[in-house]
Amino acid sequence: MLRSLLFLPGNNPNLIMNGGILGADGIIFDLEDAVAPDEKDGARILVRNAMKALDYGSVNIIVRINSIDDNGYWKADLDEVIPLKPYMIMPTKVSDAGYIKQISAYIDEVEKRNNMKVGSTKLIPLLETAIGIENAYNIATSDARIEAMFIGAEDLTADLQCERTKAGNEIFYARARIVSAARAAGVEVIDTPFTDVNDDEGIVIDAKYAKSLGFSGKASISPRHVNAINTVFSPTQDEVDYAYEVLEAIEQAKAQGKGAISLYGKMIDAPIVMRAERVIASAKAIGIAK
Amino acid sequence: MEIKAKSFAGTLESSDVFVEVSPNSGRKINLESVVLAQFGDDITRVVNEVLDSFKVDNIAITLKDRGALECTIRARVETAIRRQEGK
Amino acid sequence: MSKLINSINEAIKQSGLKSGMTISFHHHLRNGDFVMNAVVDEIAKLGIKDITINASSFFDAHAPIIEHIKNGVVSGLECSYMSGRIGVAVSSGILDKPVIFRSHGGRPADIISGKSHIDVAFVAAPTADKMGNCSGKYGPSACGALGYAFADAMHADHVVVITDNLVPYPLSDFSINETYIDAVVKVDKIGDPAGIVSGTTKITRDPVGLVMADYAAQTIKHSGLLKDGFSFQTGAGGASLAAANYLKDIMLAEKIKGSYGMGGITKYMVDMLVAGCFHTLIDVQCFDLDAVNSLRTNPGHREVTASHYASPIAKSAAVDNLDVVILGATEIDLDFNVNVHTDSSGVIMGGSGGHNDTAAGSKIAMIIAPLVRARLPLISDKVLCVTTPGKTVDILVTQRGIAVNPNRPELLANLKGTGLPIMDMRDLQKLALGITGTPKPITRGKKVVAEVIYRDGTKIDEIMQVI
Repeated sequence: MLRSLLFLPGNNPNLIMNGGILGADGIIFDLEDAVAPDEKDGARILVRNAMKALDYGSVNIIVRINSIDDNGYWKADLDEVIPLKPYMIMPTKVSDAGYIKQISAYIDEVEKRNNMKVGSTKLIPLLETAIGIENAYNIATSDARIEAMFIGAEDLTADLQCERTKAGNEIFYARARIVSAARAAGVEVIDTPFTDVNDDEGIVIDAKYAKSLGFSGKASISPRHVNAINTVFSPTQDEVDYAYEVLEAIEQAKAQGKGAISLYGKMIDAPIVMRAERVIASAKAIGIAK
Repeated sequence: MEIKAKSFAGTLESSDVFVEVSPNSGRKINLESVVLAQFGDDITRVVNEVLDSFKVDNIAITLKDRGALECTIRARVETAIRRQEGK
Repeated sequence: MSKLINSINEAIKQSGLKSGMTISFHHHLRNGDFVMNAVVDEIAKLGIKDITINASSFFDAHAPIIEHIKNGVVSGLECSYMSGRIGVAVSSGILDKPVIFRSHGGRPADIISGKSHIDVAFVAAPTADKMGNCSGKYGPSACGALGYAFADAMHADHVVVITDNLVPYPLSDFSINETYIDAVVKVDKIGDPAGIVSGTTKITRDPVGLVMADYAAQTIKHSGLLKDGFSFQTGAGGASLAAANYLKDIMLAEKIKGSYGMGGITKYMVDMLVAGCFHTLIDVQCFDLDAVNSLRTNPGHREVTASHYASPIAKSAAVDNLDVVILGATEIDLDFNVNVHTDSSGVIMGGSGGHNDTAAGSKIAMIIAPLVRARLPLISDKVLCVTTPGKTVDILVTQRGIAVNPNRPELLANLKGTGLPIMDMRDLQKLALGITGTPKPITRGKKVVAEVIYRDGTKIDEIMQVI
């Protein structure tokens, strides 16, 4: 369940220590943009020690590694954190399938070196360039490690040579494209952070919009936005109630030997059943199921 | 491992520890901590464990601790030791 | 007629102050106060020794008093709160006599009952007239309410008002009136405005503090007390203010009309008054300029004496009708006893203030504090100093869990099923120790450096010398 993903700077002991209690379904220890070049080593060693020592309970740990264009930091990042079995690794500035293959091949090596099952480390590629967006489907299907896709609008709008706005019209295509690619590949898809940390209404609007496009969750750079994101990406009580009614109706139809049935005058077809099952699964995950 | 150069790691922020290592004959640990009374012995034990794991016997190490957890102390000591290796 | 005297020096001479006597000060000028140091300097020049200072609080700005302790001018201290260098010096054992700590309600109660006698009270007044009518609401050093100064002014043998803003007689909007005042001294400055009130008090931006604040507000929402007529107090800590801000949102959303907000008043409480969350603010001291402005202009915002606020011997006090108070803690133990007098090393850095008064008076006394500060766990087996007895503390809110005092089963029942992380106090302590490791017990000296007097007049604890 990844409704909310919270970025935490990888070299900040205070935030890393408290990352588990900020309400996010997942936390992203950032070894990339949030860490100065001369502190890359300190951050990855700190993150590794924290992951080893601290109990994050049910919070999923993701580590954002440096881009393969940057000084080989990415390999050192993987060397340090893979043995601690993070929930996922987030490769950055992913441009194409070859990029993922290169990362995945190196993770194979690290997994072997540490007597881990090869393929056990999962990936959530960050697409934040125009070429990455154009190759979204190829990337999403490039490797069995990929479990989710993530769009980063800050770098992307710079690459698109447009201004990043709160309304986000400039990234509509990219968002729709990555959702379509991810859904076609059968993986989850996470939306870019809303960066005005003081706009408590803006985050709700932006998260609702992302949900309407098909995103399964949203990242945040501020703990203040986590609750709003969780609320938006949780099924409402009405949705949960309806989902149970759908499944009940299906059961009854089966018992009565009926093929097609309707609920509130609407045909219950396979997509509606699938949606109901998804709603109940996420309701169970967040503890609001019956 | 032999300590050949001076190096630093960590910060003076709350919950962090600033570590400075330099060449020395024998092990010399100089600890300053906001929780010295409560955790001074514990911190010294952890520093010795990290130095043992890197087989460092000759070192002068100064720690200015702002209430770092054990995992942070381990990380910063390790970073300082490994940093001077690259110098 | 006029009570104006040319200088502090002359006012001291006229007061008849002698060695061995007790003088008093209020702390409304907080860390910006110039008056205490100025008066004690003059007392030293006059060769008077062995003075006891009974001040409602000592701040770091009063560090020069340490020299006057060393040179024998000052031999005793009494207060409700002590911070900064003076707390460190007292903890090291600089005084022969233990400091006497009383609560904000206990201090005026003892002054009024005569248990704690004041020979000469020096009242720093941001505005006064020549006869001693005075107020904190006006003038360049405005501090707002003068709640802690009333008992001193009304019951000391001799009262000197010291002001830097003398206005024509009579000052109409006075707080303390001329009938109690013997002398008035005009000085250049009674304090530094920057240290008196901060421009604005700020809610915390610390994510951990915001999690605690959210839990605190949700706890109040589900406590069973958040309904029309609700009364509330909170301190000026960043997380407490954030909790008040969340609470405001809940009260407005649910259209709850509370009765009064109380305390040290900040912008956030003023906002709640203006928004209609309360019809009255009961103000014993102001923490920021918004509070000072509101006290001056909003008739619903009332200044009260420390007795009216919290006295245990008055026929009634405002704390007695308080529903919920949010309080801090440096330490809390398995029996819910709270320490706000010392840090985890036993060094004096605070005091009850109104902590144990409001805990005793309120229906729910909520402690809000981070479970781990730097590497120090909040919960100990036994606190180093009991400021507030556990039987008056109802609930602890931390960022990792909430513990309800077992003597409040109905509160626990109200919070069940709300999704709040309710835990047993022992489990919460285990969680903290799992993060920090187990701290080595502090070794303290044998000398008693302070006695803590509970609001009912009994000695609740002693603070030992730090070695």
